[in-house]
Amino acid sequence: MQTKTQQLNKYYFKTKRMFLGMQGTDGLLFKVLIYGLLIGIGFVYLYPLLYMGVYSFKSLDDLLNPLVNWIPTQFYTGNYEQANKVMDFFSTLMETLYVTVLPALAQTAVAAVVGYGLARFEFKGKKIIFILVLATFIIPPQVTLIPRYIFFNELNILGSLSAFLLPATFGQGLNSAIFILIFYQFFRAVPKALEEAAQLDGAGHFRIFFTIALPMALPAIIISFLFSFVWYWNETYLAAIYFGDALTTLPLQLQKFVATYQKMFPAEMGVSGGNQLNEGIKMAGTVLSILPLLIVYFITQRWFVEGVDRSGITGE
Amino acid sequence: MKRLRNNRNITGLLFVSPWIIGFLIFTAFPLLYSLFLSFQQVKITTDGIKTKFVKFGNYEYAFTVDGTFLDRVMTYLEEMVISVPIIIVFSLIIALLLNQKVKFRGVFRTIFFLPVIIASGPVIKELIDQGITTIPSIEQYAIYQTLNDNPEGFFNGILLYLIKNLIVILWYSGVQILIFLAALQKMDKQIFEAAKIDGASNWEFFWKITLPSLVPMIVVNLIYTIVTYSVFSLNPIIEHIQKNMFKVDTGYGYASALSWIYFLLIAAALAIAVGAMTLKRKKNYT
Repeated sequence: MQTKTQQLNKYYFKTKRMFLGMQGTDGLLFKVLIYGLLIGIGFVYLYPLLYMGVYSFKSLDDLLNPLVNWIPTQFYTGNYEQANKVMDFFSTLMETLYVTVLPALAQTAVAAVVGYGLARFEFKGKKIIFILVLATFIIPPQVTLIPRYIFFNELNILGSLSAFLLPATFGQGLNSAIFILIFYQFFRAVPKALEEAAQLDGAGHFRIFFTIALPMALPAIIISFLFSFVWYWNETYLAAIYFGDALTTLPLQLQKFVATYQKMFPAEMGVSGGNQLNEGIKMAGTVLSILPLLIVYFITQRWFVEGVDRSGITGE
Repeated sequence: MKRLRNNRNITGLLFVSPWIIGFLIFTAFPLLYSLFLSFQQVKITTDGIKTKFVKFGNYEYAFTVDGTFLDRVMTYLEEMVISVPIIIVFSLIIALLLNQKVKFRGVFRTIFFLPVIIASGPVIKELIDQGITTIPSIEQYAIYQTLNDNPEGFFNGILLYLIKNLIVILWYSGVQILIFLAALQKMDKQIFEAAKIDGASNWEFFWKITLPSLVPMIVVNLIYTIVTYSVFSLNPIIEHIQKNMFKVDTGYGYASALSWIYFLLIAAALAIAVGAMTLKRKKNYT
């Protein structure tokens, strides 16, 4: 009798430990809860993307058929063909790369230089400059938009890449403050010994910067470039105003997707279906406009995630 | 020695000079100029821009005549007051979950950061139009239907907004999750062990140690959230400013005034949010 209760007790504790764990964080129940939440929220996060992907492959019949929900009955690529025509995908892609890669490069380069200057040198007014750099982050672009617009108009660079490139080259691009901060934190974390040794050997500051500091900062350069690239890519407000009709990007094309579509395929009176714009085509357009970013992200995602660490806002 | 220091002084300035020049030309001057424009009536003629001083005319117009602007400001503030705390709390919860010993942490991090990459204005707009930014199949539930039937009333409006835009709101949290996660992972494990020995439960540990030590990160995230939320291209105020910029009867002067009001609003929101966080912190420590 005695042994039986003991045995039961033992089992009881064993199962309890299995479910609730020793410390409250390693039990099975807790694990299930955490994974359940993560997977559930992850699904909610991905839901719009899944929906987009599925709908972009649905033919008109599938769209109208209420029984077809998540799996299209056939692999239909007609939507993509239409969307490709409307957005003129490849030439727009090239243009988008042109107006995003170059400003991103300029922005990264200047952020490296400025960040290095702030991290390695002491000079009068450095504190003020540092505060101003951070302050530029909270100034909404709308406030400087109109004067810049007038200014660019006078310089006659509206509708050309310079409208993006010029501010970026002088550290006033999109979120420049963040990139300067990333380089500042990076250079402060790197030991000075190598640079001091080079200085003793008689190298000048600029030579040290280009031959020693810059190669070391490769991770920061990659991170800044990627973030900058993505932010320029997704910027439609300023792009629409500065570029007008002269230059276009994939997100801008998506913005006027419906209008372009109707111009290209005028709705024929009385004939329904056929050339009508439908959900599937719109979704295909949306997928096309984010596909390049998705590819870049999946190749380089480790850098994006590290980037937040590197910005050092988590405090060192 | 002094010359050497002077030399370093100048080199430092040289390194920073591109930014200083850029700041003066592309930020400081435009800021002042738009402030100047906001007190003017601007007419664009063939000889250039003609301005006429109208005192606070533009500002008065914004608050008295232009109903849309006030409306939009109110919705913007309302939505911000709802969304920002949700974003902060949600990203903190996700960060706490990811900070546990989970397998595939990398995969989850990739998923939660993904929206930051693709969330441009037109894409989000397309998603909202398709109605896929709400919780899947919420329309079938009774709560939603009763809410949808009476959209008036303060709380109903808020709830409806929440339900309809939940995914978009959650999508704003990518960067914030990573900031919290990075901070959590840098926390000293020894504190946790010490607290354990003293008999603190996980719950107590979170409220008494984890959360207070995260306050600076919460402030950073608040600033980041408010700023990104405010300058996002779907923001109704931004749209209104743009519309007025190219309108003949209002023009640059009025648009400048609007953008300055908007700037001050953002600054005030930031000041209140950051102020509230730091005040609370002081109280905790005394």
